[in-house]
Formats: sequence, structure tokens, C-alpha cells
Amino acid sequence: MRVGFFVTCLVDAMRPRIGFAAIKLLEAAGCEVAVPEQQTCCGQPGYNSGDRKSATALALKFLAEFESFDYVVVPSGSCAGMTVKHYPDLFKDDAALLARFTALGARTFELTDFLHNVAQLKSVPGKFHGTLTYHDSCSGLRELDVYQQPRALLATMPDVTIKEMVESTTCCGFGGTFSVKYGELSTRMADNKCTHIADTNCDTIVGGDLGCLLNIEGRLRRNGDHSTRVLHIAEVLADTGE
Amino acid sequence: MMQNNALQFKRQVTIKLADVKLQGALSRLQSRFVEGRSAVISEIADLPQTRDAAAGIRNRVLNDLEHWLLHFEREATARGTVVHWAETGEDVNRIVTEIAAQHGVKTAAKSKSMVSEECGLNDALERAGVTVMETDLGEYILQLAKEAPSHIVAPVVHKNKEEVADLFAEKHGLPRKTGIAELCREAREILRPAFLNADMGISGANFLIAETGSALIVTNEGNGRLVTTLPRVHVAITGIEKVVPTLEDVSTLLRLLPRSATGQSITNYVSMLTGKKSVTDPDGPEHFHIILLDNGRSSLLGGEMQDMLRCIRCGACMNHCPVYQNIGGHAYGWVYPGPMGSILTPLLSGLENSPDLPNASTLCGACAVVCPVKIPLPDLLRKLREKQMERGMKSRQETLLLKTWAWFALHPKLYAFATKVGVKFMAILGGKEKLLHNLPGASGWTNGRDFPAPTGKTFRELYRKEHNK
Repeated sequence: MRVGFFVTCLVDAMRPRIGFAAIKLLEAAGCEVAVPEQQTCCGQPGYNSGDRKSATALALKFLAEFESFDYVVVPSGSCAGMTVKHYPDLFKDDAALLARFTALGARTFELTDFLHNVAQLKSVPGKFHGTLTYHDSCSGLRELDVYQQPRALLATMPDVTIKEMVESTTCCGFGGTFSVKYGELSTRMADNKCTHIADTNCDTIVGGDLGCLLNIEGRLRRNGDHSTRVLHIAEVLADTGE
Repeated sequence: MMQNNALQFKRQVTIKLADVKLQGALSRLQSRFVEGRSAVISEIADLPQTRDAAAGIRNRVLNDLEHWLLHFEREATARGTVVHWAETGEDVNRIVTEIAAQHGVKTAAKSKSMVSEECGLNDALERAGVTVMETDLGEYILQLAKEAPSHIVAPVVHKNKEEVADLFAEKHGLPRKTGIAELCREAREILRPAFLNADMGISGANFLIAETGSALIVTNEGNGRLVTTLPRVHVAITGIEKVVPTLEDVSTLLRLLPRSATGQSITNYVSMLTGKKSVTDPDGPEHFHIILLDNGRSSLLGGEMQDMLRCIRCGACMNHCPVYQNIGGHAYGWVYPGPMGSILTPLLSGLENSPDLPNASTLCGACAVVCPVKIPLPDLLRKLREKQMERGMKSRQETLLLKTWAWFALHPKLYAFATKVGVKFMAILGGKEKLLHNLPGASGWTNGRDFPAPTGKTFRELYRKEHNK
């Protein structure tokens, strides 16, 4: 399987190791992974802020870079959701492009969804040891039905125990530009999430979207918690976390 | 029409987040409404199909609304109901005032109606010399407190029991009660004569049934039934979009409405009000008026916001909204709060008057999952953001930022350079702690959170190095 890997702008800039961890996992699943060099952003910031024009231009760029692959894999439910659910909306009035985006969407997957359901990965290289709690990011969960997949992959790791927090599926308050425009509200939502994390007594919180993880980590640190580890699911599964 | 205070949204958020009593009251939403819905919605074995059917019924009506409204008017008129058409809230107030004058109405007993809140009906009636008494317990409390509802189903959800006890003691001049049962009994004793003495009953309507010309209301306290049967004049007020073709259709919607709203399989009362009192009826109003309010609804027909008119006002979207859960309903500034309000307020009361509402959402999608009529609420919020962009209503700063970001993203070489420099710089600023305590232009983030610093090199730099070895 030739997989085109879309790194996402956040992983590219903020946590490159998540990208390398994801590639390691894809290769462990037997994929031939390519990383198109010209890739940048999926266009979601513009799309969700009402700037359809920018989003449309970036969608076309994405199509040109990824259409040739058997599959496209994204280490983010949010960016994958943009591609799968929202690109078709941008081209609903152009039958030819709509067909191409729909076809591309059908081959595009969030990382854990791809590893579990498509590649059917049965064992992972990671050696994580300990108890962790999992935050379900909104777009992955509600646009792509990502809930069981990360848990199933973690269940293949003998030394990992998952302790569920309450309201693991409630939004952490990130919401892209929302986190800056409505900072107080966003902070309160992050704070609620931090409380639920603390209630589990886990020393590690894991999720599948770096935006949410930066938000959660930012609030934990501001609250004086410098010990709870905040990791992307790819880091845990591939053990490049340190 | 009710004044729109949504321009104050951000200021209100600050106030509401700091309101300890409110925060305590809102914490009950989770147990009462979220868990309540979850416990009974599973009783519907074919939930996806039922939601599809419900959305289908609503779409069928909206795609031919004029036909179904005229059908309803014909059937209602044939049963002695007078149907009035109101283009604006002011028209509703005028029509009700005229009916009151015509029948020499001095006092009116009212059951819950959000559409009447839209119109500011109570104030208009008081100005015309009619005393109005709210009889829904929550609405009664709010009338005493001179406050607006903060939730469309549980209007007084923002108050706790102690506040109600204080309010009753002050306004009723009776010894302060503390138990919920005692407080309810006190309200009941005061309200009972109001039902018996009222010249006019005013209600809303959850649905209008075209084939029988009936208005249907769902209530739990029984006040709705008293208000619609005891007084000699009954006026029901609702929006034009509330019509459904048949009784069969209503039964489908009723499987979803109480379960979604209050976590009840069915409400205590489901009242079908069909025509005025006939010669063989032992009770009922001698005059029955139904007022159908447009107030901008018809302008949504056939457009990209039409889906919003499917709404059956269950409130599930706000109960499940993490924004509403943290700030309550008053911050939204108008009649309808939560996700449905963030769409309806701009549409019915002006996007220019509510610029924050479509944006104050993470688009988390929790609302759309629970909406019984499958309104794509996040998509509609996004469409309103698009309208703001098209009409130049976004701040210059935000527009510039979005355009700059997109421009760089479309020029990969410059993008690579800019991000390379940017992350290096941020990594240095992050220092040993690897945290940024301040970010210029993003104080919204750093006022309450640190920003975890990047590692200093972009993925693309590292990947290229590794693959050019």
C-alpha cells in the first residue's frame, strides 16, 4: 500500500516527533510511506472562520499532492475530518471535482482509524509502561467515528492500562481560533478537562489531535502541573515519546 | 420585540464564568438533562430511522410551508378557531391586545411560550392595562424576579433553591420556606386563583396539526391545561414553522421531543386543542385564537439556513453544549440560547447585532449528535461565519491573519522558511521550561494557559535531513 502522509501544520511546526512516530507505525503496518514535500495546511482555519475562498484553494492544493496515493493518512482527526467531510462541501457545485474529492475522502483516514481498521495492525513497536487516560477529540469522534480505534491499539500493549476519565468525549475548548478569540471560555473548558484528568490519578494524558493536546498541556502547566505527560497517541504506540 | 443584547456577549461571558451560584446551578444540567436524555433515548430501538423520519416530516412541511399553513387555517377555522397572521412581534402584541379589548379582558393567565418572549408580549399587555400572570413555575419565578428565561425548556435553570426561597419570602410576604415541596405548594396556592379569575389564557403551541386544525402543547405542571380550558378566551401563539401535516406525524415527533428535552418518555400532559368549546363540551374556551408569527422565519425558506426551521425546541443542543454548560443562557443576549440560539438570534434579530454568537463555538458537534431532527448546527454556525466574511463584518485583524496564513500555505517554499524561522524563535523564547507565558497577539490564549514551545526544528527540516543522508 502506498500511503501519502499528511503531517499537518501543527505537527510540522510544534512536535515533529509525532510525525516520525506515525511514519514508524505505518511502516510497521507494512505501508510504503511518502511525504509530499510541498504540503502545508489543510485549510481548516480559513474554512471554520468563514473564509471559503482560502479553504478552496488549499483543498485543491491537497488534491494535487495526494490524489495519486492508495491511501492518505493524517495524525489528526480534525484535519482528516476536514478532508473527508468538508472538502466535498467546498465543491458541491462542481460535479467533476466533487467526484474526485469524494473519492479522495474515501481513501483518507485518521491515523488510528487507518492502523486499526485498514492496516489491521495487531502489534505496535511501542514499549510504554503505565496507566494513561484518553481524551477523545471532537472531529475525530463525531466526524470520523474514532473512539474504539486508539483504545484497541493501546490494548495490544501489554504494559498499558487505560483509565477512562469522565466526559472523555467533551470538548477540551481548543476549537482552533476559538481558543484565542474566546480565551476565557476556552480556558474554562480546558480547566474542566484538566480536573477530569487529575481525577483519574494518571500521570499521562493521551489524545489524537495536537491542537487539543497543546490546549490541555498549556492549562496543566499554568495550573502548576509540570509532571503530567501529554502525549499524542502515535508517540505512545511508537515509543518515541522521550 | 425583545431587545437583543448579544453585543454584550464577551462581557457577559466574563461575568457568568465568575458567578459561583450560576456555576453551581449549571452543574445540574449534566445530571438532569444529559443523563436524563441518555437514559430514555435508548428506548427508541430504531433511533436513527426515527430521527430520519422526524427530519423528513419537518422537511416536507418546510418545502411547502404555505400549503400546510393554509391547510391548517382551513381546518382550524372550520372548527371555530380564529387564525391570525402576524408578520412581526409587534403585530402579535397588537392582535392580542385587540382581542383582550374586544372581550373586556382585565387579567390573563399565561403558560410558557418562547414566541411570546420574542414579541415582548407581557410588557405590551401590561401597557394596555391587562394584568398578566405567568403560571409555569419557572416562568412565574422569573416574572417575580423580573428576569428573562435562560433556557427554553427549564427557564429558571440558572437559579438555585435558596434564591427562589428568598424571592418568594420577599415577594409573597410569607415566612421563608426551604423545602422544594413547600415552595411549590406556596406557588400553587397563589397561582390557583389566577387560573380561576383569568379572563384570558395565553399559551404557546409545540405543534400545529394541519389535518385537524389543532394546536398541541406538551407540559408537565398541568398549568397549560388550566390556562387553555378555564378562561373564556384562549390565545395560542406560535411560529409559522410549527405546523405538521398529520396526527401520525406528530406521534413520531412526540417520541423524540420529551426524551430529547427532559429525559422523559412522555410529558405529564399532552394537550390537543381543537376548536373553541362546542355546545356539547362541558368546558373549554368560548373563543379560541391562534396567532402565527413569521418574524423573519419565511425569509429562511428555500435558502441555505432553512434546516434551522426544523427545530422543535427541545433544548437538547444547549444541554449538551460545553459553551452553554459553562455560561448559561443569559449571556446569549436574546430569547434563544445555546447552539440553536446562536443561529436563530442572528437570523431573526440581525447578524450585525450578534456578531459573537456564530463564532463562540468550538464546532465540537455535540449538539448535532443529539438533535432529534438532525439540524446540522455546526454547519449552520459556519455558514453564518461565511456571511460575516462576505459582508466584511469580521475584524480587519482576523481577516488579515486568515489571508496571510492562507497565502503562506499556498507558497510552500516561503511557508517552509517562515515556519523554520518562527519555530526556532519560539523555541528560544520557550527557554528551559519549554513554555511561552506570553504570545504577542494571542493573549486570549496566554491569559489562562501557557503555550508549549515548539522543539525548534520543523518536521520538514528533520525529514529532509534524514532522507538526504
